[in-house]
Parts: sequence; C-alpha cells; structure tokens
Amino acid sequence: MIQSLIVAPILIPLITAAVTAILWNRPDVQRPVGLIGAILLLGAAILLLLEAWQSGPQVARMGGWDAPFGIALVIDLFSAIMLVITGLMGVAVGIYAMGPDAQERDKAGFQPLFHSLLLGVAGAFSTGDLFNLYVWFEVMLIASFGLLVLDRTREQIDGGLRYVALNLVGTVVFLLAVGLLYGLTGTLNLADIARVAPQIENQGALAGVGFLLLLAFGAKAAVFPIFNWLPAAYHTASMPVAAIFAALLTKVGVYAIIRVFTLVFAHDTAFFGPILAGVAIATMVTGVLGAASQYDVRRILSFHIISQIGYMLVGVALMTPLAIAGSVLYIVHHIIVKANLFLIAGVMRQEGGSFALKKLGGLWTSKPVLGLLFLIPALSLAGLPPLSGFWGKFAVIRAGLEAEAYILAGAALAVGLLTLFSMIKIWNEAFWKAAPAEAKPLPWTLSQRLASYLPIVALGGLTLTIGLWTEPFAQLSLAAAEEILDRDGYIRAVLGDVQPAVLLAGGGR
Amino acid sequence: METLFAIAIGVLVAASVYLFLARDLPRLLLGFILLGTAVNLSILASGRLGGAIPALVGGTQTALGQDAANPLPQALILTAIVIGFGLAAFALMLVVKAKRILGTVRPEEMRDAEGAPDEVTMLLPAPDERRRDAA
Repeated sequence: MIQSLIVAPILIPLITAAVTAILWNRPDVQRPVGLIGAILLLGAAILLLLEAWQSGPQVARMGGWDAPFGIALVIDLFSAIMLVITGLMGVAVGIYAMGPDAQERDKAGFQPLFHSLLLGVAGAFSTGDLFNLYVWFEVMLIASFGLLVLDRTREQIDGGLRYVALNLVGTVVFLLAVGLLYGLTGTLNLADIARVAPQIENQGALAGVGFLLLLAFGAKAAVFPIFNWLPAAYHTASMPVAAIFAALLTKVGVYAIIRVFTLVFAHDTAFFGPILAGVAIATMVTGVLGAASQYDVRRILSFHIISQIGYMLVGVALMTPLAIAGSVLYIVHHIIVKANLFLIAGVMRQEGGSFALKKLGGLWTSKPVLGLLFLIPALSLAGLPPLSGFWGKFAVIRAGLEAEAYILAGAALAVGLLTLFSMIKIWNEAFWKAAPAEAKPLPWTLSQRLASYLPIVALGGLTLTIGLWTEPFAQLSLAAAEEILDRDGYIRAVLGDVQPAVLLAGGGR
Repeated sequence: METLFAIAIGVLVAASVYLFLARDLPRLLLGFILLGTAVNLSILASGRLGGAIPALVGGTQTALGQDAANPLPQALILTAIVIGFGLAAFALMLVVKAKRILGTVRPEEMRDAEGAPDEVTMLLPAPDERRRDAA
C-alpha cells in the first residue's frame, strides 16, 4: 500500500498529462480533468507527509531491485513537504488557469504540458538516485520549454531562447557530473554515494564534481553568476505559467543543492560552506538590486525570486539544524507567496490594463480588496511580522548570528529592507497614485474573475496561517532539518542495516 | 587508449566552446550537440574502458564475465542520447521559429524580451546632457 502511495505523486500527473493529451481537441473537458489530477496529487502528497512524519523516511524500490542496484524512490520529510507544496501549487494554478485567456492557452496545449511539468517536479522531489534526478530534470525542462513559448509571441520566443540556451548547457554539465561521480564512487544511488564519498581517496576530484553539480543546480536555481536567464524569460510567459515557474522551477534546483550537499558533500562542509555562503550573499544582493531598477511588475517579481533563492542557500552554507530548518520554512513560505504575487500581477493587469507601473494606478480606490490581497504576500515577502516571511527570515538570520556568520546575517537583513522598497514601489505606483488617463480595465466574466480570485484568497489565507500559527510549520521544518542532517539515518533507510557506519572525517584532501 | 580518449574528449569540448562563442544560435546548438557527445564519451570512460566483450550473460553463467564491458554507462549514455536528441530537436525548432518571427538568429539583435529601449533610456540622462556633464 505504502509502496504505491510513494509512486502516486509521479503516476497521478503522468496519467493526467496523458489523459489531457488524448483530449487535445476538447479543452473544456481537459480543464476539470486537470484540476482533478492536481487535487489527487495534493491528496497523495498529504498522505505521504503524514506517513513520513509518523514513521520516518519511506523507500520504494522500483521493479523490485534492491538499492543501490535499482532506482529507489525515497520520501523523507523534506521531500514530502516539497511534494505537498507542489500539489498545492498544482491546484492553485490549475484553478487560476481557468481565468482569462483559458481558451487560447488550452488550445495551445497548456494542460498536458502543465501536468508534465508537475510530473518532472514531483519525480525530482521523490527520487533517491542521481541519474534518475537528471531524467526528472529533463522531463521538467522540456515541459517548461513548451509552457514558456505557449503563445508564440515575439517576446516569448526571445525569452524562451535565452532560457533554453542556458538550460541546455546546464543539463550537459549535470550529466558530466553524474558520469564523473559514477566513475569515482561506482554507484548512482544517492545514499550509496553518501556512504562511499568520505572514503574516496581522490577528494580533490570529488570536490570538482561538487563544483559541477553546484553549477548545474545553480543554473536551475538562478544563483548569482548564472541568473540572467530568469528575468529574461519569466515575465514573457502567460500568467499561470509564470506563477508555476516562479513557485516550483527554481526551487527544484534549490532542493537538489540541499539534498546533494547535505548527503554527498556533508563531510566537506568546511570547504563548500564558505563558497555557498558567498554565492548566497551575492545572489541575495544582485537579485534585490536588479528588482529595484525595474518598472514592470513581472520583472520586479522575477528579480525577487533570485534574491530569495539566496536565503534558501543559507541553510546549506551553515549546515546547522536551525539554518536548514530556516531554509525549509523559507522555501515553503516563498513558494506560496511568490506564486501568489504572480497571480495577483495577472489580476492587476486585468483590472488596470497593464503590467507597466507607469500605466497602472488608482487600484486602491477602484479595487480595495485586491490591494489588501496584494499587501499580504508583498509584506510577507519583505519579512514583516506577523506574516510567514518574518518567521522564515527570523530563523535564517538567527541561525546566521548563532553560527557567527555576521556578514551573511547582515546581508539578509539589508536585503529584506530593499525588498520592502520594491514592494512599496509597486504599491505606490499601481495602487496609490491616481489612475493615468489611458488605464483601462480589460473585460472579463464573473466566472473568470472567481477563478482568478479564489486561489489568491486561499494562498493569502495560507500565508496568514503560517504567520499567525507558526508552531506546527516550525516543528515540521525543524524535524525535516534534523532528518536532512542525519545522514546515517537516510543511508540506513535506503540501504538497510547491513552497511557499516559512515566515517565522518574531514577528509584527506 | 585512455590518453587517446581523453584527447578526443578534449578536442570535442574545445570545438563546442568555440562554437558557443559564435554569435549565432545554430552554431550554439551545434556546440551543444558536440558537448553532449563529449560528455557521453566521458561517461563511457568513467565506467572503465577496455572490455570489448558485450555485456551479455551467457546461457550457463549467472554473472558477467571478468572482461565484459560495463553495461551501466551504456544504459546511461543511451538515455542521455535520447534526452539530448529531444532537447536539440526542440531547440532547433525554436531557432527556426525565431528566424521566422524575429527575422534573425543573432541573439544581440533580439530585443523583445528584455527592456523596451525607451524604458531603459528613460532612467539615463539624455545624450546631450551627458556630454555636458563630461565636459
């Protein structure tokens, strides 16, 4: 029973994608099928989370082949949390995608691609095998290529090319790292690699592989030197697509960094920690400064994704339980809030006629409810108490101070302030100032309006819930962090008890 | 054998980097394909070279012979080739589409996605103003 539950988050989107693809000519039927698929995914993920919470990491061996020979799916708390949030985003964006322009989108094949994307994301979160992770990355990537250029406008082709070009190179680098790691360790199972890694003689080569992996995952996560593709591409996509990209794609890269660097390179934290900390600081600062110079809602939000990725890397940079718990909490908070902001940007365009701050205005007088709904995620993103972002930032910065990483903590605080600046800029321009003469709301029907507002209200409510009733979420993050840092536990869960305990020495490089 | 292999991989990577530096997209794509080939070869090398005997288990045997080739890298490469082919096909289609819609395959001539020119210059002082400041 539990075995089939572990496979469910992969099977459900796969079947949904297949069914919606078969129904290619019936967009009106595709939509409910897609929504049911997303709800089932959420349900399966919640069951898995309960299971992982009660009885530790869950392992399924594909085809009955024992790890490390076959592919193992491993669901620990962190994976389960990510799967739940994937399901949640699937439902929220699935509903939102019934809003304006649904007809055109679905004719272009939105639903099958959307569920293929969820398939790739869920697979990447579930797998315990490095090569399998590569395959899921590709599934996700191909689906995201298709989604990005869905409308085939000039800007989408241009942005899409930039996105595709960098990701092509990223995948090749990932593949090279997988091959080299196999050459060094003789295995592809993550737990087995983690078991063998500290004992490898050639630690220099292992560190080289670590850099390649950091480069490959970093390209997906849009960290400091390789983030340019993100603001070039995300804002061109149609709004539901941009929201699901902002919520999930970069976070898969972050998840892979956390997973691999806490498992395989954990014995080498003294070497990788400062590098990751430097990358985290540079990512935070460049992202937020980029956002400060933009005047298009979508581009401001895109740059903020980059800046927030920096916070999530603090956990792996410091490797303390609190720092990793902070990262996990931050990822959860960020996914909800960032997707919500993109959904709101879509509504702002409907109500105000444009994405450009220059052409927007007066939304506070005409749509006060939208203003309130914007303020919840916007202030949460900036980290104002009592919203969810405050607790995420609080945990990350406190962990930084406890680990005496004062520059890191200081940068995190300063970036929070600049984030507030960007959010206030959107508020001032779009909501507060008088509406410019040419601002003209786009027409939409009541059901489209409902479909757009419903997920925004729900995600806003969730942000408030995490902010005001933080205890269970913090507990969950702390438990997930402890599980992430307990490498032996992970290895035992996957490989069984026969393996000798792992030598956790600094390594003889 | 290993040295020869390493040199071959190096040449492929060098060629692909050279192609990446060209400022048009079809060459970038060719570079990607070459780089993919180089990576596939390096996976083959990392799984030990030498065994020329196919990785097949004979009728009476229960395991692979000592000198048999390592089957795992072959399986990985097969998967990687399929994926690489899919990506390259999609990217090629995108380049064709770009040529048709944007009329160019040179990235620096594409100005649709990032910053309409007027939006960027709005933030800078006007050209004559700048000249006055410099003087």
